[in-house]
Amino acid sequence: MMLQIKPILSALRRHKAGAVLIALQTALTLAIVCNALFIIQQRVAHLSAPSGIDEANLLVIENSWADKLSKEDADAQQRADLMVLRRLPGVQDAVASNSYPMRGGGWDQFITLTPDQTTAVGDAAVYLGDEHFMDTLGVKLIAGRNFRPDEIRPIANRENVMPPVTIVTKTLADKLFPDGSALGKPIYAMSNTPTTIIGIVDVLQTQSLADWQMRNAYQSLIWPMRLVGNAYYILRAKPGQLAMLRKEAVKALYAQNRMRVINDDGVMGYAEVRQKAYDSDYGMAVLMGVICVVLLAITAAGIVGLTSFWVGQRRKQIGVRRALGATRGDILGYFMTENLLISVGGAVVGVLLAIAMNLWMVTRFEMHRLSLFYVLAGVLLLLLLGQGAVLAPAIRASRVSPVEATRSV
Amino acid sequence: MFAYYFQLGLRSLRKNPLLTALMVMAIGFGVAASMTTYSVFRATSNNPIPQKSSQLFVPQIDNWGPEDAQRNNGEPPQAITYTDAIGLMRDHRAKRQTALYPAGLSIVPADANQLPFHENTYAVYADAFAMFDIPFRYGGGWTAAEDDSRAAVAVIGKTLNDKLFHGENSVGREINLDGRSYRITGVMDHWDPQPLFFDAVNTGGFDDPTQLFVPFTRMIELKVPTNGNNNCNKDPGQGWDNWLHSECIWLGFWAELPSKAEADAYRSYLSGYAAEQQRAGRFRWAPNVRLRNVVEWLDFEKVVPAEAKISLLVALGFLIICLVNTIGLLLAKFMRRSSEIGVRRALGAARSEIYMQFLIEAAAVGLAGGLLGLLLTGVGVYGISLIFDPQVARLATLDVPLVLLTLLVAILATVIAAFYPTWRAAQVQPAWQLKSN
Repeated sequence: MMLQIKPILSALRRHKAGAVLIALQTALTLAIVCNALFIIQQRVAHLSAPSGIDEANLLVIENSWADKLSKEDADAQQRADLMVLRRLPGVQDAVASNSYPMRGGGWDQFITLTPDQTTAVGDAAVYLGDEHFMDTLGVKLIAGRNFRPDEIRPIANRENVMPPVTIVTKTLADKLFPDGSALGKPIYAMSNTPTTIIGIVDVLQTQSLADWQMRNAYQSLIWPMRLVGNAYYILRAKPGQLAMLRKEAVKALYAQNRMRVINDDGVMGYAEVRQKAYDSDYGMAVLMGVICVVLLAITAAGIVGLTSFWVGQRRKQIGVRRALGATRGDILGYFMTENLLISVGGAVVGVLLAIAMNLWMVTRFEMHRLSLFYVLAGVLLLLLLGQGAVLAPAIRASRVSPVEATRSV
Repeated sequence: MFAYYFQLGLRSLRKNPLLTALMVMAIGFGVAASMTTYSVFRATSNNPIPQKSSQLFVPQIDNWGPEDAQRNNGEPPQAITYTDAIGLMRDHRAKRQTALYPAGLSIVPADANQLPFHENTYAVYADAFAMFDIPFRYGGGWTAAEDDSRAAVAVIGKTLNDKLFHGENSVGREINLDGRSYRITGVMDHWDPQPLFFDAVNTGGFDDPTQLFVPFTRMIELKVPTNGNNNCNKDPGQGWDNWLHSECIWLGFWAELPSKAEADAYRSYLSGYAAEQQRAGRFRWAPNVRLRNVVEWLDFEKVVPAEAKISLLVALGFLIICLVNTIGLLLAKFMRRSSEIGVRRALGAARSEIYMQFLIEAAAVGLAGGLLGLLLTGVGVYGISLIFDPQVARLATLDVPLVLLTLLVAILATVIAAFYPTWRAAQVQPAWQLKSN
């Protein structure tokens, strides 16, 4: 095998153009496939991020009042709404909140450990809810206690009150108090009034999933308040009752008071919330996947095409070699080795291109650094692809009869 | 001669259908991927108001100080405070100007059988209609006097007019918003600028068309909060009035400055305004202001999604690979016909004739690839909603310019790819080819 390399190299010199084209194509394909695989992996990693809530049974209803209500009226209306919702057959629990996990943005708070600190220790997504919040969303309390009903107070939009107590996620607690002593400690949210951590919950995803917010992922807190203006009703259905509740819940709300607006797209199960939140991640992964597959197919087709042409061009030479005693295996080996040499050449250039392309995307699109694993996987994939593609023409070449040597052309 | 070569080309393409199919598919896929992603890029990077994009400006004033600006590459906040919006409105240094925000109002139909509903609603000043070239079907905007008197007036969109008044001229009639009555002064014609430049901050640039405009002054009087973002760098305190006079940013502002001189004058006015605030003790830092026109503003707001740019780039890379592939296959195809070229050359054909013949053959391949590409682009545009927000996806369409561009790119790219193989074909030595036979 090794002995063949020298004659192959001198033969390659005779058809530089074809060899360069295959190498170039391999290099470019490698560069794009590496980066595409990497993008797919990153996006898929997003997709599988847990939210910490009972997604299968949750329904979100966006409710706003059609006439301008005083705070007292809005509060009374909301209490009535919640009563109706909690009594519906098929509902396990319900809560009114300002937002819901994975909504795509919302209220964030800078959190500090002292009132006069100017840089935040962490950013936290704020969820307002009463003592039903954790049970409704299915969030797990891992330390401390839930809110008591007497701690809950109604607030209107833009009303700015600091609650005396708060529940935080474990991620936020660990960020603020790395030594694990968060329970019972006061924290500050752009105010001189402290709020004390009385409970710690396990996982609760934030509202925004944007890339620039990823450093704040899972940093959420719950305040014992009910937003009585326009709010989201979150319902937890008993298993299997979600589909039925979609219609029934909205109907029950309108029956309670029709001066409200619930848009058709304002009623969402978590399958839709998740789809909306991760739409572009899922789409990018699919697009990159399709591009990879088509690209590899086209590159393989190109190699088959050019190698077939070479085989055709060299039938006479192959015949001569066979007549002089070369076995079929020798001929097969020749073309396979030739392709391997070209592919390796292409792969070297391709690795450099892949890294350059990634570095450029890092600066332009805030992407992450390409891990070496994807480069190696890409190289292996393309070498195998090349060998696979060249197999058919090489086998055809090995079948050239020694008689060809005696024919002209 | 052209027709003859074209025929020759087609015949040669039929001779090895597999090779031809490979080339056509490579070009088809490459062009389709590029054109599909380009259709999204084109839609998102569109100039929504080309006739005025260099005359409409967004002022930004740094009211949060250098510490915050540092986090944003030295840029002032993207929205302004009520204090500054009112200050700029009062000074009135632009030909036309408006502060604006999305107002959360419910529309209550007079027909008791219809349920209340929402439409995208903006609180603006009277100047907005002339500034943004908003077309009217009936009536027009309200007057500056009505701004001053905080009049209960409204401009509604065509769709809303169809819904509430069955498309009739509803000027002078009443519309119930949040339980209060407003007089309609005008009905807009279809108006759907893409991207939605006047509120890129809250919409990301893409949203359903606005169906309702109401006076800014009236909304403030009624304490209607913004439906969009509100950002505070410190506790604004309790209640509406404290919030209104806080350093919280939540308003958009647009100024119409028809000439460069006026824009320059406005820029120095802004610096002067900020300096005045500094002297008054409100800002404890030197003036840091910006004035961006529509195109600069959309660029600053990064309205074109990163996905659109990345996928366009990847698709262009894909097209390049397809072309490299085509060069190889064309080379194989043309060199196989060395003897035919030899005969033609021996019979007196000039090199330029050979060039002609093979480039036309390549163009035929390109045309076939373009037609396949067109089909695939259609499929791609249809599937674009997989990747992009529906508000963006609905803008990507396969229209006549895109069809022509698809074919043009396919043919041009293939002909360019054919240059090297054709050059090699034209280099064939007639004597050598004839002898070896």
